[in-house]
Amino acid sequence: MTALLEAKGLEIHFGGVVAASDVNLQIHEGKNLAIIGPNGAGKTTFLNICTGYLKPSAGQVFFNGKGITRKSPREITRLGVARAFQIPQLFGEHTALENLLIAAAARERRWAPFTRLGQIPERAEMMHLLEMVNCVHVADRPVEELPEGQRKLIDIAVALALKPKLLFMDEPTSGVASSEKFAVLDIVAKALTESKVTSVFVEHDMGIVERFADEVAVWNRGEVLHRGMPDDILSHADVVRDVIGEEI
Amino acid sequence: MTFMSLVPRLAIPLLLIAVALLPFLAPWSKVMLTLALAKGLAVLGIVVLLHAGQVSFGHALFFAVAAYSAAFLGQAFGGGELVSMVLIGVASAVVVGLLVGLFVVRYRYIFFGMLNLAFSMIVFSVLEKFYHYTGGSDGLQVARPLVLGIEMERPAFESLLFYGGLVIAVIVAWAVHRYFDSPIGHMLKTIKTNETRLEYLGVSARRVLLVGYLVSAALCGLGGVLMAVAQGIVTPEYAWWIRSGELVFIAILGGAGSVSGAFVGALVYEVVRTYASAFAGDVWQMILGFFLLGIILYAPRGLIGVYGSFMGRIGSNTASGKEAKRRAMEAAE
Amino acid sequence: MNLQLIALAVFDGVAYAALVFMVAVGLTLIFGVLRILNVAHGSFYAIGAYVVASVGGAIFAAGWSPWLAFPLMLIAAAVVGIVLGGLIERLLLRRIYDKEEALQILVTFAVFMILEDVQRLVWGVQPYFEATALQSLGNIQVFGVYYTVYQLILLPLVALAVLAGLRLFLRHTLSGRLILAVTEDREAATAIGIDTDKIYLMTFMLGAALAAFGGALASATTSVLPGIGADMIVLSFAVAATAGLGQIEGAALAALLIGLGRSFAVYLMPELEVLIPYLIMLLVLLWRPEGLFGVTQTRKI
Repeated sequence: MTALLEAKGLEIHFGGVVAASDVNLQIHEGKNLAIIGPNGAGKTTFLNICTGYLKPSAGQVFFNGKGITRKSPREITRLGVARAFQIPQLFGEHTALENLLIAAAARERRWAPFTRLGQIPERAEMMHLLEMVNCVHVADRPVEELPEGQRKLIDIAVALALKPKLLFMDEPTSGVASSEKFAVLDIVAKALTESKVTSVFVEHDMGIVERFADEVAVWNRGEVLHRGMPDDILSHADVVRDVIGEEI
Repeated sequence: MTFMSLVPRLAIPLLLIAVALLPFLAPWSKVMLTLALAKGLAVLGIVVLLHAGQVSFGHALFFAVAAYSAAFLGQAFGGGELVSMVLIGVASAVVVGLLVGLFVVRYRYIFFGMLNLAFSMIVFSVLEKFYHYTGGSDGLQVARPLVLGIEMERPAFESLLFYGGLVIAVIVAWAVHRYFDSPIGHMLKTIKTNETRLEYLGVSARRVLLVGYLVSAALCGLGGVLMAVAQGIVTPEYAWWIRSGELVFIAILGGAGSVSGAFVGALVYEVVRTYASAFAGDVWQMILGFFLLGIILYAPRGLIGVYGSFMGRIGSNTASGKEAKRRAMEAAE
Repeated sequence: MNLQLIALAVFDGVAYAALVFMVAVGLTLIFGVLRILNVAHGSFYAIGAYVVASVGGAIFAAGWSPWLAFPLMLIAAAVVGIVLGGLIERLLLRRIYDKEEALQILVTFAVFMILEDVQRLVWGVQPYFEATALQSLGNIQVFGVYYTVYQLILLPLVALAVLAGLRLFLRHTLSGRLILAVTEDREAATAIGIDTDKIYLMTFMLGAALAAFGGALASATTSVLPGIGADMIVLSFAVAATAGLGQIEGAALAALLIGLGRSFAVYLMPELEVLIPYLIMLLVLLWRPEGLFGVTQTRKI
């Protein structure tokens, strides 16, 4: 099985804190990989390196066999890697639909100065995407007015609007009410399957991991400690102690 | 549809007609209005950058570059010709805009503002020091140019400048409006709200800002040429940082980010300035300063915002009140 | 360029740098704490100069001791800083801390416009020249060049004393440490209960006083006339940005760099004199976008 994304020997530290120490990881096409671990284990740092926001001090990242270590978020995005954020990164003054339309215009490189954003050919496609994440009813509201849960979904929809091959999601259910977490991820998982996107998501809620992950990687102190099927990993004694124990 | 709800929509056409008719009632106002148009065009350039959340404290630079280009052209060809002056002036503002822009679009906020300031100070001192080419602080005379090869008398030329300027301003305002509503115009706005996400959409924020920067340089250049031929003289003061500050001032006065506000602001500013310097020569800067403080503290949406809420209040007794307010705001944008 | 000319250029540059530093350090201090770029800073410089030149002229004409020029400078700086700076912070800036950066700059720009006319109303447009302080210290010969003690020795010493004094104040007094804490992390400082209102007021008065002190010192070396505030503010911006905004020690070095660059230009390429500060700033920022000593900040995403 060839890897869609491969990280080799990543190293990075901030002052005295080691955020990545010899991180090696392969991400396989068509699977949903969950990354779990205590706070400060370097999970978000891994996402930051893979999407070009941070440069590792050593090591390399390959996407589809192509080196992307020194590339910018913009270049990596254009290769087909999208990202949804722990804190939703949206255009607050724009409406939910406009956020998606801007993403679509970026994907299709619609630079012509006199086309209207609201009338680009991708509009129907974007409405469909909003429908998939259950946000059609807020399509015309500025996203800064929306609750965190909906912003989270729109953030993911914006990433999906790029039609990526690989999607990184940083704690997709944080900020979502616990009674709604499953419903939210059901929506996301359906959208992912529908658009045939491989995903990597950082998650603290083990219930979510159990239900949605095909594979799990356990992080601690900048290292990948374990990797395997959700059932095996979640019953592993060390993991229970280091990660799940801390969560409860 | 009641009359009151129609007013906001008609406001801009009515204002345009009023401005166009004013010189018939008061011939002396023509030059003042032309200068207001020239400033309004430059302010529109500032408004473009304000959409990206960026403030340039050096845009008088492009105003001056275009004005001096027109002046050089006029001196080189014995008076020159208006249309070619406009084209060459704007083109040189865009070329300088590209050179400066490639550098400054890498910076944001204070650094963006200050680097623009630095470039304008460089041009200002070059204009002042290289006396043999630029006439130093005395500046250069701009003789009345031919218009498409036709020689015009002064009153006719002034009318042509004013009405021609008015037509150009309307066309340019419409074009900028469409630009703001295009995908790349909306992306410009996202530089203010979330540049990180823009990069994560695979878009170069710098390139988006550079396009906006070139548009703003062209608009300032257009204003600069109009100012140069209307005043008949260009001086280094065109590039001075106080002039740049004035442009930003007018943009805020009119209503930050508002296309029509740029012109309304310039009109009000020019009227206030003309009268304040005539009747209170010693303190006109002070009057403007207090005016600016008042706007920022009590009416942060500028004159256009004041107008919008005023129309909303008038209409609030009728069922269409809210609608009228929304429309007034929309019309103002 | 012979040795004498080089010495002359160096002396000019150092004396000039000392004055610019005084203004720039106040600007950078205010920016570090309040996060506001104070365009009215040049007005404090000008008003400090006007006060000393006019009051000094009056009391020396009345036969008072020329040595009073020095305490007068300190008093003028303190009064401008506390009264004018205090009023502006209390009445205006306090109301705009949560506004957009552009609006904040414009508010200080408006204050600048107002103060420009205030100066014209109070002092008129005739230049003031009051060099008693400069003359009272006499001249000195170094490397075959006669130079005033005031510019060659006093100004640099005062600048160094201000730098050392600021360092001591910021690192070793409670108020200074609170200022540093607010500079480094405003949110955390507020969270642990630091009274930021008081810190802002204190910083603004201190910064304004430093600018006025710069003007007071400068008044002995040059004519005081309308427009000096406008020139100084852009120059001190250039120094502060070259150093990296908020960098106090850096401002000293940047002032020296720009001061020397400028004075050598005066002797070598006089047309470029006014350009040099901005060229230096552009080159530095091209190489280091945050300034010589500035730090890049990454946003948490």
